[in-house]
Amino acid sequence: MANSSYNELTYNGLWKNNVALVQVLGLCPLLAVTTTTVNGIGLGIATALTLVLSNVTVSLIRNSVRPEIRIPVFVLIIASFVTAIELAMNAYFYDLYKILGIFIPLIVTNCAILGRAEAFASKNAMVPSFIDGLMMGVGFTAILVLLGAIRELLGQGTLFSHAHLMFGEAAEWMTITVIDDYNGFLLAVLPPGAFIGLGLLIALKNLIDLRAQKKAAQTATATPVETNTSSTVTTTG
Amino acid sequence: MPFNTPTSPHQLAPTSITRVMVMVMLALVPGIIAYVWFFGWGVVINICIALVTALSCEALILKLRQRPVVPALSDGSAALTAILIALTLPPLSPWWITVIGVAFAIIIAKQLYGGLGFNPFNPAMVGYVMLLISFPREMTSWIPPSALADNSLDFLETTMFILFHVLPDGVTFDALTEATPLDSLKTHLALGNTVDEVRAQLGLDEETSRVLSVIPIFGAIGGKGWEWVGGGFLLGGLWLIYKKIISWHIPVAMLGSLLVISSIFYLIDPEHYATPMFHLFSGAAMLGAFFIATDPVTAAASNRGKIIYGCGIGIFTYVIRTWGGYPDAVAFAVLLLNMCTPLIDHYFKSSVFGHKKG
Repeated sequence: MANSSYNELTYNGLWKNNVALVQVLGLCPLLAVTTTTVNGIGLGIATALTLVLSNVTVSLIRNSVRPEIRIPVFVLIIASFVTAIELAMNAYFYDLYKILGIFIPLIVTNCAILGRAEAFASKNAMVPSFIDGLMMGVGFTAILVLLGAIRELLGQGTLFSHAHLMFGEAAEWMTITVIDDYNGFLLAVLPPGAFIGLGLLIALKNLIDLRAQKKAAQTATATPVETNTSSTVTTTG
Repeated sequence: MPFNTPTSPHQLAPTSITRVMVMVMLALVPGIIAYVWFFGWGVVINICIALVTALSCEALILKLRQRPVVPALSDGSAALTAILIALTLPPLSPWWITVIGVAFAIIIAKQLYGGLGFNPFNPAMVGYVMLLISFPREMTSWIPPSALADNSLDFLETTMFILFHVLPDGVTFDALTEATPLDSLKTHLALGNTVDEVRAQLGLDEETSRVLSVIPIFGAIGGKGWEWVGGGFLLGGLWLIYKKIISWHIPVAMLGSLLVISSIFYLIDPEHYATPMFHLFSGAAMLGAFFIATDPVTAAASNRGKIIYGCGIGIFTYVIRTWGGYPDAVAFAVLLLNMCTPLIDHYFKSSVFGHKKG
């Protein structure tokens, strides 16, 4: 595959077809665990890893699985990887594992992963599938971390609190107390805060896209270009 | 082309959004006077802060949405939302509480849904509930009615406290604040006391209460001071019904259902359930019934629908007050019923003119 198509995969995963902002998939973990930045990083990495591994595996076996049974097979593959990741986290990041709790096994049901397996990996070769999984995962992680940071900052006035859960005791310095003596804006930590925060992030993304479109239209006024708005998939799961 | 209406038999009612909003604000005046009388100048300052915030947020968002600013600002709906939020806040709230609550109400609950007429939830109650769950400590620090207070602040001192958190020498914030009657009733009932014990303990005559250093916060029928504020809102609300600004259905249904359900429980067990009159004249019942639940945008449209909507608010108010986690519940009840409004409107449509009444 040519270089340009890898660039396109990257752009798709990180921005144009971002799992959280455009496809709005995987809302359950996205909204439930992003109370702090570190939770967001933890779940984001676990999800991204699952995405990469499942995409690669699915693309490798895509020609030997009959289409009638492909969905159960994909689910089995995803579930095996999630179980492995869950056991690994249990072993190496026990405290984080306890905080994230049910949301690690629930990665299996994250529609984004099955969605990529079905829509991309089952139709493409291994390397593009790997890039697609990685970029989709990184895009998802970025939003988890961003939303986690916003909610943590508003909710308790800190950033990267409990960083040692993720990076070991040596990472205590990472915790930044942005506002001292802060009483906390509880709404940000509660579930409505997640919905409002994600809504505002989606609005921000659409605003940036709109600005870019206008700019592009202005530079190319001589030849009217058909502006192709990014298709919005509104499946939730 | 517009046709001018010819003379006589046709009389136009000069109804516009601005007129309705101004009438509603006028109707709030008796309640506000009672409020200032019993709870000091704080509420006036809160109203001013809320008005400035509401108008600037509305103008900002309208500008961002590229809509005409002046017509929307002058319709008075943002101003009314601001006043209603200010009336629900504790009189000595710091200025940022008011600003955050009003900004949230106007920006998130009203303008992001499309502005006046498009918001599914009552913006004032969304702002209030957001503040209540986000800042429980600030939102429950009420001051006792001035007749009971050891220290009361004058206008200047109140302003200084709200804006800069500065109190006069020798006065602490804790000495100024006091739980509301609904709040303390809930606390004491949870401790296993009966209503009569609570009343006896908290409703003592002044001398005994000084000795025992408890404050008599229960008045003749509702909370002391609160019953007068509620009465003021009742008066204003009745005037609105008389002027046909609001219809009687929602207030009567809401207060009626609250009265019936609280009477039932009071008759079953007067030891553990407060009197029906206490429920009607405490907290936000009167304000909610006449000024908040009747918001034409978020309430059910048909008359039968309005009665169901009002009954729902009354019942949920009682249920949450009595068995829920929060002392007052009008705001939660209104939001819950706002959610049901499309369903109610679906089943109880207004009869179409010329057809049989349905």
